[in-house]
Amino acid sequence: MKQTAATEAQCAISTGQGRTLVMAQGLWIVRAIAPVDREMRELQQSANASSLVIDLSGITRMDTSGAWVVSRLVDAWKKAGGMASIVSPPQSVNTRLLEAVSHPFDNMPSAVRAGPLTRFLESLGRFSKSLSRDTVLSLNMIGAAIRGPQMKSGRTGSVRPDSIVHHIDRMGLRAVPIVALMSFLIGAIIAQQGAWSLRYFGAEFLTVDFVGILLLREVGVLLTAIMVAGRSGSAMTAEIGSMKMREEVDALTVIGLNPVGVLVFPRLVALTIALPLLTFVADIASLAGAALLLNFYSDIPVETFISKLRDAVDLSTVFAGLIKSPFMAMIIGIMAAVEGMKVEGSAESLGRRVTAAVVKAIFFVIVVDGFFAVFYAQINY
Amino acid sequence: MNSDDQSSEAVLRVSGVTVAFGGRNVLENLDLDVRRGEILGFVGASGVGKSVLMRAILGLNKRQAGTIEIFGQIYDRLDEAGKLAIDQRIGVLFQQGALFSALTVLENIQVPMREYLDLDKKLMNELARLKIDLVGLPQDAAEKIPSQLSGGMVKRAALARALSLDPELLFLDEPTSGLDPIGAAEFDELIVTLRDTLGLTVYMVTHDLDSLFSVCDRIAVLGEKRVLLEGNLEAMLESKNEWVQSYFRGKRARHIVRG
Repeated sequence: MKQTAATEAQCAISTGQGRTLVMAQGLWIVRAIAPVDREMRELQQSANASSLVIDLSGITRMDTSGAWVVSRLVDAWKKAGGMASIVSPPQSVNTRLLEAVSHPFDNMPSAVRAGPLTRFLESLGRFSKSLSRDTVLSLNMIGAAIRGPQMKSGRTGSVRPDSIVHHIDRMGLRAVPIVALMSFLIGAIIAQQGAWSLRYFGAEFLTVDFVGILLLREVGVLLTAIMVAGRSGSAMTAEIGSMKMREEVDALTVIGLNPVGVLVFPRLVALTIALPLLTFVADIASLAGAALLLNFYSDIPVETFISKLRDAVDLSTVFAGLIKSPFMAMIIGIMAAVEGMKVEGSAESLGRRVTAAVVKAIFFVIVVDGFFAVFYAQINY
Repeated sequence: MNSDDQSSEAVLRVSGVTVAFGGRNVLENLDLDVRRGEILGFVGASGVGKSVLMRAILGLNKRQAGTIEIFGQIYDRLDEAGKLAIDQRIGVLFQQGALFSALTVLENIQVPMREYLDLDKKLMNELARLKIDLVGLPQDAAEKIPSQLSGGMVKRAALARALSLDPELLFLDEPTSGLDPIGAAEFDELIVTLRDTLGLTVYMVTHDLDSLFSVCDRIAVLGEKRVLLEGNLEAMLESKNEWVQSYFRGKRARHIVRG
């Protein structure tokens, strides 16, 4: 009856004379256990008060999964009030294994699933809680930004200029090429669209006014802020988040430093300095893009472009855009820092927080831009 | 635990392995055998290349020369399917546990089962919970994610994942580091129990003198880019090598040896 060179798990079940005989054969190991598992589970359903004999003599190898399937069957039978025994385990089967899996563990605490109303209320509560926590944390960041990196001892610590310069270099200077390139292209694209549309009205020369005002007041600052949110905001969240994960933030606290002051303050200051500068770069680059395009597309020479631009745009137009950028920098920095501080142990949570930081930062940047538009309209700026 | 002729069979045979980083050899022409059913303790000074060797055996580091034979097959010469079959027979416990942080303990243990095998969801749950039980974790740890576990529990959970497919060869990288002496002793005992019940062969990188003295059948010392010394505890104690002497006869070792 012994199977030679069996590569799978098999069993033969026979019933008669008030007893059930299970002949187990082959490899009862985790790679091959699946079919036998199903059969044994079915047999468990018909567990009764009769006696069960499991004959292991045909087993060539058995691991924990095989042993588990056997002991599960034995258990079910005993619960049903029957008798169960395991007979003639061969040399290759370790009897200690059968013993080790046979002491039952408390099975599966079934998860309680709440009703839809409870779950809705739960998520609402969680949302409000996190909203209030976020608000407090953001205010905390703003406070730190205004008061400077104070120590726990109350000493308003020295601002470390090298740290700020380092971050300006990383968030500002190194972003110049990409910001300039992007703005150059956007400037050219907007100029082309404007010129093409205005051509119908014979007002192609007005493109200069249109492009100048649009780029300086809105597009330059907005796109730069979005680019920086994606580029530096995400990096900031990831940096602070991984420091949080590896308890570096806790180490700062224990040493007596305020982590918000040490980690967030220099970055926030750097961002607030870097973003207006980047915006200015973006303004110039986008105007250059527009001038170059109009030179070829609408035959408006660069000299004409410049002289017309001087008529259309004054200093207040430039500042209307630039004034917005420090506020946007604060938003990007605070969102990034708040999300970074909320990172927990897992890699997944880091990813989630970085995404949240960028999405929130871009969203609020646009909202603030809208507020500024309304504000400027009210004060006729 | 097995008969004599079986215990002398080498499950893992490392021969002539050379690993270099940046033109500097870290390991040179290194030979090592691990026999079926034994617990091999692997020691050496920090930075001498213990982890490098383990990673080279597992194929995580490139090596410049040498062959690695696992279960009598030369790993590099196998095709993808053959390598996969070998991989399924090996379990690894990394030093920091390396549990997947986004998954619960239960899901962590089920990852290898899910990827390699076509098992019933119910059976996977049962087997995972059985493994949790075998490594001595409470059942309520199953639903926790790794960041909610203590250091000792992480090690146990990682061990459960390493045992997920009932491997024959288990690699442990400093399993007791970061555990308190009681926890470490329990972990040592656990490894011996598992070796006896599951028929494991264990390759253990360790610095823990207690583990070396209490659970290892054989000890190998790494130094001067090769295995300096191989043998049981007596052989270590009799060695004339300076480093081995200071390691096994140092202040920290003395009370264990005497006791």
